[in-house]
Amino acid sequence: MTATEAYSRPNAAPEDRYYTYAYLDEQTKRMIRRAILKALAIPGYQVPFGSREMPVPYGWGTGGIQLTAAIIGPEDVYKCIDQGADDTTNAVSIRRFFATVADVATTEDTGEATIIQSRHRIPEQPLADGQIMVFQVPQPEPLRGLEPRETETRAMHAYGEYGLQYVSLYENISAYGRIAATAGYPVMIDERYLMSPSPIPKFDNPKMHMNPAILLFGAGREKRIYAVPPFTRVRSLDFEDYPFETQSWDEVCALCGANDSYLDEVVLDDQGQHMFVCSDSHYCADRRAKGHAGPMAGHALAHIETEIAAEEA
Amino acid sequence: MNAPLNLAELRPGFFEPVRDSQSVFRALLTATAQPGTQVELGKALTPPVGLNQTAAAVLLTLADQDTLVWLEPSLRGGAVESWLRFHTSCPLTERAEEAAFAVVSDTALAPQPLSAFNQGDAKYPDLATTVLVMVQNLETGGKLVLEGPGIETVAEIAPQGVPDFFWSERAELVAHFQFGIDVMLCAEATLVSIPRTTRIQIKGE
Amino acid sequence: MAYVAVKGGERAITNAHAWLGEMRRGDVAVPELSVAQIREQMGLAVDRVMAEGSCYDPDLAALAIKQARGDLPEAIFLLRAYRTTLPRFGASTPIETADMAVQRRVSAAFKDIPGGQVLGPTFDYTHRLLDFKLAADGGHEVPPAQVSEEVMPTQLATIAQVFAHEGLLEGDPVTDTSAQPYDLTREPMAFPADRDQRLQALARGDEGFLLSLAYSSQRGWGSTHPLCGEIRMGEVSVGFTPDELGFEIELADLPMTECIMLSGFAGSAEQAPQYTRGYGLTFGHNERKAMSMSIVDRALRGRELGEEGQAPCQDEEFVLYHSDVVEASGFVQHLKLPHYVDFQADLQFLRRLRREFFDAKAKALAEQAEHMKEAAE
Repeated sequence: MTATEAYSRPNAAPEDRYYTYAYLDEQTKRMIRRAILKALAIPGYQVPFGSREMPVPYGWGTGGIQLTAAIIGPEDVYKCIDQGADDTTNAVSIRRFFATVADVATTEDTGEATIIQSRHRIPEQPLADGQIMVFQVPQPEPLRGLEPRETETRAMHAYGEYGLQYVSLYENISAYGRIAATAGYPVMIDERYLMSPSPIPKFDNPKMHMNPAILLFGAGREKRIYAVPPFTRVRSLDFEDYPFETQSWDEVCALCGANDSYLDEVVLDDQGQHMFVCSDSHYCADRRAKGHAGPMAGHALAHIETEIAAEEA
Repeated sequence: MNAPLNLAELRPGFFEPVRDSQSVFRALLTATAQPGTQVELGKALTPPVGLNQTAAAVLLTLADQDTLVWLEPSLRGGAVESWLRFHTSCPLTERAEEAAFAVVSDTALAPQPLSAFNQGDAKYPDLATTVLVMVQNLETGGKLVLEGPGIETVAEIAPQGVPDFFWSERAELVAHFQFGIDVMLCAEATLVSIPRTTRIQIKGE
Repeated sequence: MAYVAVKGGERAITNAHAWLGEMRRGDVAVPELSVAQIREQMGLAVDRVMAEGSCYDPDLAALAIKQARGDLPEAIFLLRAYRTTLPRFGASTPIETADMAVQRRVSAAFKDIPGGQVLGPTFDYTHRLLDFKLAADGGHEVPPAQVSEEVMPTQLATIAQVFAHEGLLEGDPVTDTSAQPYDLTREPMAFPADRDQRLQALARGDEGFLLSLAYSSQRGWGSTHPLCGEIRMGEVSVGFTPDELGFEIELADLPMTECIMLSGFAGSAEQAPQYTRGYGLTFGHNERKAMSMSIVDRALRGRELGEEGQAPCQDEEFVLYHSDVVEASGFVQHLKLPHYVDFQADLQFLRRLRREFFDAKAKALAEQAEHMKEAAE
């Protein structure tokens, strides 16, 4: 470790200074940074990059972690969610990693965060200008389920030949009377590149269209980075007679009463009892703090969350 | 082969390479995500004569042993080359078509057609050259109106010293998106990024 | 409460790590293994971890095995994650296995070859009977192997040299040292893959996966009719030419296993019939891996040799994309992470389909009943 690198981490505990700031070596960061800029210059195109082994397994957010490590600085405020929740184990683990290696402040508050890393969700609170959203991507290739060969799918993107995707959606309609994709629903970026939005529910797709934040997608195992700049057209594929539609629920959030958020189903017993709660834990907690209450507002679940939060603080 | 480095009178690079390159990159990220937005960077640098602060900061941040850099002929063989090789270890090339980064000043644009740079490959458009164009400022030249991804409605810049033929050449190249070059206009301490997706209208003085 | 299982992570993680530490240590009444003991007495595990971990360091590999509780893919992952943080100085000069200080060398192609068959330390002709003497506490004396009076030649002729005068085996093109070799640790997989990229992927590849592919080839799924030309194991010196020096310095002597697998080639209009080869090389002593690698390498040369093959072992994208144990293990096991947001989306869809199914069924039944009623009237 050079003096400069140590100086750049004044708050790190001595044992943590063994690794450089934000874990990655500077050459790797430069490689990733170059890939990010090209990804923004060619919205929706998957830039191959020399993904490194990270200290967490492939499939557990290595792409997102490498993106965050390449962009993060000590002035950032970092939020990390999995399934929309700040307190799921993998989100906690990744958040702790960056708090340690990048000396950043962390938050659960969507509005306060400068970098939001996520697996499978876009927060309910609209993203703002200046925020960066980092998505963890298991399979960057939207066509992979239809064509396993990279050599073939790369050619399809090169020549904008997306007939295969439309045929597949059409076959859905013949089989189910509607488009079956429910998560990872393919989108067209600026009417040129077909892109996988990562396995977010299609409920979140409309949030990407002309949104003011920078959206970065990282697939570590598949070694691809792609991006959607702010204020970019993002269209979910559909047909004139079968327009794109998002999920909706008959129920509201049992804890905060929200009727506009993505809901998770919580099984209460083995007799078919269940309740629905917001997947976005911060959105739900914020609403409850502001006095909103759902039909099961006093449920033990709300208290357990608060208890844990208090203990961890 | 690269000539031996002349280390006499070598100007310094970043004071704190890890921190400085991170903050310069974040400015470049904002600039590239929002074409037309002016970002400030490289203010503390004292680059060698021939290179301005922003171009110097971009190179210190992004160039290394894995990137071939093309310098306009007037910058070769002297202080700029020594400085660049010492601080970034980047290999230099005289073949524009293989450059990852190219550095030109507005006055030297004419002899180098943009089509000579790497336009990317249909399957790998990311291989296209990023061209750093050093300009005098971004306010007093002919007005340009920008549209495209990253721009909510329109953005305006007025770079001083970039000839109109540069923009028409660029327009021809990027008409065949996904091919094209990505440009960074580097004024002293401020920079604007113009990726290939940005559509430009020349409004004049 | 099902919900709590994935919530409240911080406390759960800390406690889980502590428990894992206890499990790793096992019964504290039993003396703890030292890293040196693992390095010396679990040498083949150390070799495999170094080979697939792409990092030659027996002490770190032994530490990784200890930390991973003997789970070798986990140890490989630990070593890779460490390796990725190391600065890269450059590529070594090509090693010369013809100059190997051989400890073992066998050829199945000839009864005897110049330099002789050297059996060396191998399990091959051991009877696989559990040795209960090893189970006894306090190790017994290991009887020393007898040292031959005949001095081994410093260089053993390779199978290529044996064949050279007749041109029966395809040539071994000299590596172009001016070009940088493809490096998968710094560049992603690209297709079509050249042989340097392929061999690196195979050398890092999962031993079990390559073994199964090689076996499938032997059983006719893309057969290359392999014949073991030569296996050699011993120490090879590794050199490096630093830019600032301009001449080569020797870094170390590393134990390696090399396999050259012979395979027939019918020839073409330009080329006389001859043997072709598949190549396998691994750190340490690992013949299973080197042999499997050489069979798969040969199977993947189909494009170059004008062979048309559809078997798994002949499919470059299939083999190279799925050979890495760290990638495969991570992605299979990531299914343990919560997926309830996607599941909810799916569940909603399935419930809707089921509702429509039962509605349609009820409607059909009602219509049928109506029809029967009408018929009866």
